[in-house]
Amino acid sequence: MHKLLIKGGRVIDPQAGEMIPADILIVEGKIAAVGPGLEPGEGAVMDVAGKLVAPGLIDMHVHFREPGFEAKETITSGSRAAARGGFTAVACMPNTNPVADNRAVISYIKARAKEAGLVKVYPIGALTRGSRGEELTEMADLKEAGAVALSDDGRPVASAAVMRRAMQYARMVGLPVISHCEEPTLSAGGVMHEGYMSTVLGLPGIPAAAEEIMVARDIILSEYTGCPLHIAHVSTAGSVRLIREAKARGVPVTAEVTPHHFTLTDRAVADYDTSTKVNPPLRTEEDVAALKEALADGTIDVIATDHAPHTLEEKDVEYQMAPFGLVGLETALGLVWTELVIPGVLSPVEAIRKLTVNPARILGLREGVIKVGADADITIIDPQLTEVVDPAAFASKGRNTPFAGRSLQGLPVATIVRGQVVYNRNLAVIA
Amino acid sequence: MNWKRKDLLGLQNLSAEEIKLILDTAVPMKEILGRAIKKVPTLRGRTVVTLFYEPSTRTRTSFELAAKYLSADSVNISTSTSSVVKGETLKDTARTLAAMGADVVILRHPMAGAPNLLARTIRAAVINAGDGAHEHPTQALLDLFTVREKKGGLAGLNVAIIGDILHSRVARSNIWGFTKMGARVRICGPATMIPPEIEATGVQVCTRIEEALDGADVVMMLRIQLERQQRGLFPSIREYARLFGLNRERLALARSGALVMHPGPINRGVEIAPEVADGINSVINEQVTNGVAVRMALLYLLSGGGMPDA
Repeated sequence: MHKLLIKGGRVIDPQAGEMIPADILIVEGKIAAVGPGLEPGEGAVMDVAGKLVAPGLIDMHVHFREPGFEAKETITSGSRAAARGGFTAVACMPNTNPVADNRAVISYIKARAKEAGLVKVYPIGALTRGSRGEELTEMADLKEAGAVALSDDGRPVASAAVMRRAMQYARMVGLPVISHCEEPTLSAGGVMHEGYMSTVLGLPGIPAAAEEIMVARDIILSEYTGCPLHIAHVSTAGSVRLIREAKARGVPVTAEVTPHHFTLTDRAVADYDTSTKVNPPLRTEEDVAALKEALADGTIDVIATDHAPHTLEEKDVEYQMAPFGLVGLETALGLVWTELVIPGVLSPVEAIRKLTVNPARILGLREGVIKVGADADITIIDPQLTEVVDPAAFASKGRNTPFAGRSLQGLPVATIVRGQVVYNRNLAVIA
Repeated sequence: MNWKRKDLLGLQNLSAEEIKLILDTAVPMKEILGRAIKKVPTLRGRTVVTLFYEPSTRTRTSFELAAKYLSADSVNISTSTSSVVKGETLKDTARTLAAMGADVVILRHPMAGAPNLLARTIRAAVINAGDGAHEHPTQALLDLFTVREKKGGLAGLNVAIIGDILHSRVARSNIWGFTKMGARVRICGPATMIPPEIEATGVQVCTRIEEALDGADVVMMLRIQLERQQRGLFPSIREYARLFGLNRERLALARSGALVMHPGPINRGVEIAPEVADGINSVINEQVTNGVAVRMALLYLLSGGGMPDA
């Protein structure tokens, strides 16, 4: 019988909202006991004194690029990056090639993830065929195949009529809709936030209004159809206001923010570093302040990375020619700790809630908790550990990060999925 | 002071002292242009490459003549942007040029920031000859040179820049250049062509040309690209000319002896009336001459020159 005792740490229980000294006994991949002074019997022991023990982190927004763009990332390399970043589960967006708009692709992703045998990979199905924003996908079939949500992420659903039907149908099927909010005629040609920096740099801008108009539209459609709506990668103060007001009115809306949007502003674009080219773009200091406030007051439920790997060749070009996206899995926890927990924006428990319980609840997953009988998905965090970001050390195939050289504190030191240690930085496991 | 930079990418990051050094260096260079035999051996053995991803006979020729008058060897490569699409990257092209021994690479590119990318990639000096809507520093330097020559100085002058500010690299470089040298800058154009938060660069924004011209010492008209109308940025050429065109009556609102400038080529009768373009206030042709002198000065400074040996 396979046993592992995680001994001497402080356990974060985001459901109960507390952090208490406790040991966790894992038997056959499940949590068998949680409490003080547990004994391993004949099992192995992982000494985590001074560390935090959290439910396995869940990133509900990644791009693993397989099938179709394996040079950027594969499900295996992406899973390794997730494990190294402390994530035990991820939800991958359907903008692969072919698009995950049918049962075959969803099944393929699940099969590849199983072969990789690292973290749990939950596919997100496309909302419309080919993510073209025209015809609905076979949503019931996608759900049966294992899709946990529906999204055309990477592209907005331009037609309000199509979005309305998609939400009506998704609600019937029982899947949440994740919206990429971007009004395409306003954002067309833009490569960075429209404001002072785009003026000075001479780069075409994407106004905040391009996001906010669609946030407003989709909130109205969510209210009208009753379909749970999750707004991906919120980036502006205006979006935050709309979401806050909608939640107060009882609209079933949730929202996520990425670590890069709560850390960087458009000033990071100053040297035309293409790793700062993301969609939605990096915004202003006022927007960053609003995002932090929204994290603190619960308007924003989830922290997700929008992990978007690209090859070096694709990014090593003129700013306007480079694709949008940066890699986030391996810097996420460090940014959450350094930018939010240490300055007191979020308590450790609140931060972990936005990385575990909340994404699990939105996607309808059982993960994100530490309790007897649950899968033993656990992330061990060293809140004191400090490291300088070195893209060369990434497990992801993507090296496109604007955080290279930045010192981060509060890092994952071990990742455990179904009782198996899939990443271990340097913790001794005594058998 | 001595020149310390490897490249000239824009005026935003130059100090007033550096701008003054370039302008001062251009004075003896202009004297060379006035000679019967316009050639000095200063840059003999140096290789200057003009790499143009956008057509511009005027700027390219100006750089080529500047290089030749200083006895540098110059080569021109004109590349259509389609070759970029075909997969030949700017960095690859630049590495090839560097491997062939280019000392200075002059880049014109339709995308903002391309010279910055190039400057990071190669050891040769890089001069930005215009990148997208970002900067066109040599144009602004020749404008500053022309105004300083005519007005005896730059501090305290009122400069009006009128036209499509949104897409204009000339406007951006001139804003940095004139404000750093102590002039006051007003910009004016259709509201759809005023970029957001431009006031933060230290300029005053006017929506009426009369307001911009009032008491101006320098009136800089920008070329209006006719295709912008198709993109819905203004309703018609007719209305543009009516609201923002410079004619004799409007010029009378400026100070007497105000300079009329234009980076060329001119849309006669659209942004500027023919009698104004060719009138006594116009310094458009002198801008062209001064362009060669300023570019000679830059080639000289970027090639490691001390005091000019003109």
